[in-house]
Formats: sequence, structure tokens, C-alpha cells
Amino acid sequence: MNLWFVENHSPNVQFSMRVIEHLYTGKSDFQKIDVLQTAEFGRVLTLDGYVMVTEKDEFIYHDMITHVPMATNPRIKKVLVIGAGDGGTIRELTKYDSIEHIDMVEIDEMVVDVCREYLPQTASKLDDPRVHLHFEDGLKFVRSRNDEYDLIIVDSTDPFGPGEGLFTREFYGNCYKALNEEGILVNQHESPFYEEDALGMQRAHKRIIGFFPVCEVYQLHIPTYPSGHWLFGFASKKYDPIKDLDADAWNQLGLQTKYYNTDIHIGSFALPNYVKEQLKDVE
Amino acid sequence: MDILSQQKAPIMEALNNYKKMRVVPFDVPGHKRGRGNEELTAFLGENCMTVDVNSMKPLDNLIHPVSVIREAEELAAEAFGAKHAFFMVNGTTSAVQAMVMTACKAGEKIIMPRNVHRSAINALILSGAIPVYVNPGVNNELGIPLGMSVKEVEKTILEHPDAKAILINNPTYYGICSNMQAITDLAHRHGMLVLVDEAHGTHFYFSDDLPASAMSVGADMASVSMHKSGGSLTQSSLLLINNEVSEGYTRQIINLTQTTSGSYLLLSSLDISRKNLALNGKEIFRKVGEMAQYTRDEINKIGGYYAFSEELKNGDTIYDFDTTKLSVHTLELGLAGVEVYDILRDEYDIQIEFGDIGNILAYISVGDRRLDLERLVSALAEIKRRYSQDKSGLFDHEYITPQVVYTPQKAFYAPKETLPINESAGRIASEFVMAYPPGIPIVAPGERITPEILEYIQYCKDKGSFMTGTEDSKIEYINVLKEAEQ
Repeated sequence: MNLWFVENHSPNVQFSMRVIEHLYTGKSDFQKIDVLQTAEFGRVLTLDGYVMVTEKDEFIYHDMITHVPMATNPRIKKVLVIGAGDGGTIRELTKYDSIEHIDMVEIDEMVVDVCREYLPQTASKLDDPRVHLHFEDGLKFVRSRNDEYDLIIVDSTDPFGPGEGLFTREFYGNCYKALNEEGILVNQHESPFYEEDALGMQRAHKRIIGFFPVCEVYQLHIPTYPSGHWLFGFASKKYDPIKDLDADAWNQLGLQTKYYNTDIHIGSFALPNYVKEQLKDVE
Repeated sequence: MDILSQQKAPIMEALNNYKKMRVVPFDVPGHKRGRGNEELTAFLGENCMTVDVNSMKPLDNLIHPVSVIREAEELAAEAFGAKHAFFMVNGTTSAVQAMVMTACKAGEKIIMPRNVHRSAINALILSGAIPVYVNPGVNNELGIPLGMSVKEVEKTILEHPDAKAILINNPTYYGICSNMQAITDLAHRHGMLVLVDEAHGTHFYFSDDLPASAMSVGADMASVSMHKSGGSLTQSSLLLINNEVSEGYTRQIINLTQTTSGSYLLLSSLDISRKNLALNGKEIFRKVGEMAQYTRDEINKIGGYYAFSEELKNGDTIYDFDTTKLSVHTLELGLAGVEVYDILRDEYDIQIEFGDIGNILAYISVGDRRLDLERLVSALAEIKRRYSQDKSGLFDHEYITPQVVYTPQKAFYAPKETLPINESAGRIASEFVMAYPPGIPIVAPGERITPEILEYIQYCKDKGSFMTGTEDSKIEYINVLKEAEQ
């Protein structure tokens, strides 16, 4: 059988993977959820037909969204993770013994249930006693929090569909309020490459700046995401991601990572000119 | 209501049949099913253009409906519990004007609250009917005009027994209802017609939990904005009649000012929306009420804001409240409603219905998604955090009791002169000044301009309200009656 999964990366570009087996399909109140067994990327989670996580390249995303802020401020104790239903971000955070409390807010409980069953590679640490799961709208959850977190990670889907509210000025403002005076906000910041993604990226940037004194963007490459060229945002009330990086302290922790290291930490904040220009356009 | 017949949509069905016939058009409109205007067709879509057609035998004619439009109007009448329903394609404005002009001839009196929409007073300019205003109740805390007190109405009726009709807002823009049943019965006992502006009340016809609709209390005419809560296209509306009001005469009045080329986009949208409301309206408005209540509760949790509701009911000037309306008082945060309205749009990409001096109104409908409600609440929480300030110095009321000197028609057409607005105190206005929305005149033709009114207009301008009404588009000058005329 010749079965292929196809995703539009732009209106004129398609990306496809050979599928061995369609392991799961279901529809939650929010979106369509599928799990595919693919020949190249292992198991793949898609939401409304868009690739969220693959077993083969998820380490890149989860390493970079977690270890960059953790190495910048190793004293982080209380973390809020928004989205992240696959559990990969939680898995990386639980590697730090110094973290005392993690609130994870995912709007769609069914995504977590499906990942627990089909993607144990990422969902393995959701039962860590420090992890507290909340199944509700992230925007609503953060609204009532004040001066509470050292770190907020926004591990969201795209700025359309159920994740829409997580790319808004009101959300970033509420995050600012929920963070303490040393707080750091890291967010999934879309891609600069295809036009539609780039517009989302610029909108996100425009809405974050103004709240935080430190407001940077860093890059990574994710083979299964449109163009592969992806960005995360780093915003903080106090810490600069490069000046305040204590590389020795992080390296002494002896954590096993497959993508992240303290050199790539610094290097990832060096951006291509076309990205710099896009950011400058909205600053 | 007969569910089987309500499943029909005669205008839509006729348009679908007409498309299948593949008739060659040698009639207007000249775009000929869109082929003659490629850019417009690409923008609006081919489906839309193929039903933008002319009146003709298989599609009936709005100025004298005998077949499919007639049938669609009868189905609408049945769904709304009226004797007849007219499909209107020039907005609820034209429906309000048709009500007033059907009920009153030049020189005849009509009783109305002063906080009517501009369309009602415009109808007086056109028809020459004489308004007798009932001052609405005012809630001083919220600074908003309310419904009419039954006692005030009775007093006015006794003072003006020759009045032909009474006009009632059901509800006001803010969702406030007068005692419709009592006022209707009272007016009928004195031989007056009851006209109801239901621009914001379409949903009352499809719920047991919402305030009473005009037709349900036996009112004679009602203007219903189907395009607001009813889901039809902007500018489409219904005029309902009941009791002894003549269908033929009302049609003649409508045809005085309505187009002879009624748009089939608008007509079919009325037809399809009526079908949807008749079949699903109760469930739709149950959901809308639930969403409005959730949002109201969340906004009240923020603190500072007051999203008001049924607790305001006082048995008279707030006899009932439309719980699908999300009206929020903002003055406690030190922010005028119009400021919050502007910040929501400029900073948060959220467009709400209106903001006035002390309040905002967010329009909740079946098209809303939960995540959008969360955005609105979160943005309001942020506005409180980032912008709230000392509240002293804010104007605290929306309603100034008018001093009526001449009828609107006499003042509008009288010899007049133009004055800088700041120098007009004491003179009689020949034109309107209002903030739009909500479109309730601050001063109307024939009313005396007072220093208090000028102060209020200046305040609205300073806060960024969109002002309109005067010949001068900047509202720096105003037309007043010449001294000799006063």
C-alpha cells in the first residue's frame, strides 16, 4: 500500500511522509487528533492535519524551549507551561531537581490522553509528582495569576484554531503579570520563512515587545515544520539570555541532551539578516 | 408554529430554481451574474453574484409581493406571531420611519421616550408628526437612560389624549425594557397605537427566558433588526404589524421611501435567517445567553468593571433586562467607556459594539467562540492593570433632559444660521448632534442648546467619541434657528 501523509507548508508547497499505519484518529471538542506510524519519523501526532510532534525530531523543539531559559537562570523553581499536551517540554523540565512545581495548562485533555497512550516517548513524565495538570484555556488560567512564576513556557500550536488566544497582547500582558520580578517568558514564535508564518511571527513579536525590558528571538531547525527554520521568543524582566548565561553551572549539572549545548545556546540568538529585518519592522 | 412549513425558504428555493433554468439575462443588473465585473465577482464570490438578480415573475416583486416574497413574508409573520411581516431592505431605520408615518400624519402627536434612535426623530422630520417626549428613567450610578415608567406614560397620555401612537424601545441599546404589557394595555385603552423599536430585540421572539416581545403583548407594529441578533445580512430588517393596522396602507407608506429594486441578497438572507430562527432559535439564544452570562461573571471577577444584568430590575423603568446583552460600566476604573472601546481596538484587535461615556457594550452572538470570549475578558483585565486611573473629573451621565421648543420638522426646515457651536448656548438647534454609536441624539432639531449640553458634547469629543449629525462634518459649527424665528 502506498499511503502518504501530506501537509501544506504554504499554499504552494507540500510536505509528505510515508505512512505505515494510521494508529489513531479522533475528534475532541477543539480539534481533530491523529497519530500516524511513519517510515521516516516514527510516530507522528497531528492536530487538524498539522504536524505537532514526531518521535524523530521532537528533541530539537523540546531541548530548545526548555534548556535555554533554564541555563539562563538555574534558580528557577516554579514553572508554568501552557499547551505542551504531548508532554515533551515537561519531560525536559523534570530533568532539573531544582524545579519544585510545574503547572501545565492544556486546553484539550484528549491530546494528553492520546499522547499518554501513543507517544510515551514524550508523555513519560506527566505523572511526576511536581507536575500539576490543568485542563483549561491558557488565557483564562494566567488571568488570575499574579507575581508567581519564575518561568512561563508557551508551547502552543499555531496562531489559528484553539491556540489563537496565546498569540495576543492580552495573553502576553497577563503572562507579564503572572511572572515574578525575575521572570522569563519563552514562547513558540512561528517561522520567518513562508509569508503566512512570517506574518504570525511578526504579530507575536509586536505584541510581546513593550511589556518586557529584555525581548529576544532565537532560532532552531525543525525538519518537519514548514521551511524547517523556526523561532522561539525569549522575554524577561531581568535576565539577558547571553550575558547572564552561566555555562559552567549548567554543564556541571551533567544533563543528557541531544541538541542543546551552551555553545548553541549563544549561537541560536545570532539571526540571519532577513529575520532581523522582519523583527525590526515591527519594533 | 408549524415546524413543517417553517422548514421552507421560498425566496431561496425560487432563486435556486431560477439558477437551474439558466435563463439568458437581458435585464438588469448589468453585471450579468458577475461576468461583467470580474474583480467584484472574485471578491464577493460567484454564488453571491448569480443571485443578485432583478425582480421578475418567478422571483416576485418587493413593492407588490404576490408569490414567493409574499409566502416568505407570511412564514416570517407566523414565526414572529404577527398578522403580517414586511421584508425591509433599507434597514430598521426605514422600518421605524414606516411605523411612525403609518400611525401619524403631519400635525398629529406621537408619544415617545427621548432616548430613541435618530431614525425615529428623522421620521418626524419627514412626516411632520409632533413628538411628545416622556423622560426615561435614569440610573445615576451607571449614568444611563432607562425605560419609561408606566406612571409617566399614563400622565403623558392623560395630558395628550389626542396623541395617535406611542413608541417604545424594546430593549434599549443597553438591554433595558419597559413594562411592555402595561404600557400597551394603557395605550390601547386610550385608543393609541403601540409602535415598538425592536432593533435590539429580534431574539425576544425565540426564548421563554428573555423579555416579552412586542407581538406577544399585543403591540400594533414592531421594527425588528433581523441583521443584529437574527443573523441576516446588514441592512435587512422586518416590519411586523398586528391587530387593526392595515397591510395595504402600511405597504403604501413603505413604498414611499423604499427602493423598487429590492436586493435578493438581502431578501434571501431574511428568508433563510427566519427559517433558522424558527427551527433553531431557542437553542441558539440559550447558548448566547449562557455565553453572555459566563463573560459577565468573568468580567465582574476582575474588579472595577461592572457588567450589569437582571439585578437592576426595579419593576418599572427597568422592568426587564435582556441578559444576552453584555453591557459593562467602566467609570470606576477612571476610564470612559469610549476610551476602553478605543483601547480594545487599537491595542488588542478587539472590536466591540460601542463605548459611550460610562459604558461599553460587547455584542455576543451565536457566531462567538469561547476562546474569543476569553480574549475579551483578558484584554479587559489588562486594560485595568495598565490604564486604570483616578476617576475624578469624569462625566457621569448620558442623559440630559431636553427643552423642546419646536417640532423637529419645523426646526429642520426653518430659516437658520450657522454658529460656532461654542457660541450657540440659548439658541434652538435646527439639526442633530449625537455620538454614533449609539445614535441617540444629545440635541435634536427644535431643542434649546444649553451650556450643559455644550459641555457634554465637548467632553464626548475629548474622549474620542465619533460625533455626527451636523451639516459641518467636524461638529465645530451648528445650524440654529434665526433669532426672529425664536
